[in-house]
Amino acid sequence: MSDADLLAACERDLPAYARSLGIAIDSIEEGSPVLVLPFGKIVEGRPTVFHGGATSGLLENAGYGALRAELAREERQQRLKPINVTVQFLSAAKSRPTYARGRVLRLGRRNANIEVEAWQSDRARPVATAVMNVLMASPEEDGAG
Amino acid sequence: MASDLPPFDPATAAILMLKHGHSGWLGMEYVAHGTDWVELALPWREDLVGETGSGILATGPIVSLMDMASGMAIWTTTRKFRAVATLDLRVDYMRPARKGAAVNGRSECYRLTRSAAFVRGLAHDGDPDDPVAHVAGVFMSIGERAR
Repeated sequence: MSDADLLAACERDLPAYARSLGIAIDSIEEGSPVLVLPFGKIVEGRPTVFHGGATSGLLENAGYGALRAELAREERQQRLKPINVTVQFLSAAKSRPTYARGRVLRLGRRNANIEVEAWQSDRARPVATAVMNVLMASPEEDGAG
Repeated sequence: MASDLPPFDPATAAILMLKHGHSGWLGMEYVAHGTDWVELALPWREDLVGETGSGILATGPIVSLMDMASGMAIWTTTRKFRAVATLDLRVDYMRPARKGAAVNGRSECYRLTRSAAFVRGLAHDGDPDDPVAHVAGVFMSIGERAR
């Protein structure tokens, strides 16, 4: 899949929540989507600062984006179910766009471990990171794995 | 002077705090509180679902709900508002919320030190004994030195 095709697929896969929050796909980097979330009233916590929940939403969606891209490369079609997420908030995300990109650290048959970073103007200084564990259910077996 | 202010009351504070910004957009509502805990609710909304057509609330808004309930639990415990920043937050998802169900988030502040506050909580969609998620987090007070 070309980067342009992957970007289009990632746009298509964004859930309703991500769209209404204002998340978009910025670009593709090393096979994973870079997500962007503009600053605005609906993501604001303390004045002029992103709400931690909005940042977490961006991180989780970047994690799922990275995992879907990896599964697509392996031509696997599985439903994703969250197991857990741990978010570390490193510094206040100010009133400018926040970007996030995930990296699949381990892809197993039933579960995946994903690392995600969010940053603003300086890529070298992330504002938040997340570690996610995701369960992957085959289309036929839909119970808890 | 801060000391002249009445103690932080989550029921009253919620009227203002949950009206604006991210919490206001999500439509969070105050439910109940105790000496060291606060429970908020997140009404179901079509544009907050995590998978198109599933009718199930996404996990993102649940993290926002728990983050907000945790902050308010800290101010309820200390009996005063002071700016805090979330250091980390861990959410374990037990099961998806029911289709079309509102989600409640209850968080308690179980330990306070000079600068850190430890919280734990759960999210449920009607029965707290059958939670949707468990949550643990640490918050830091900020801006104290400047005052």
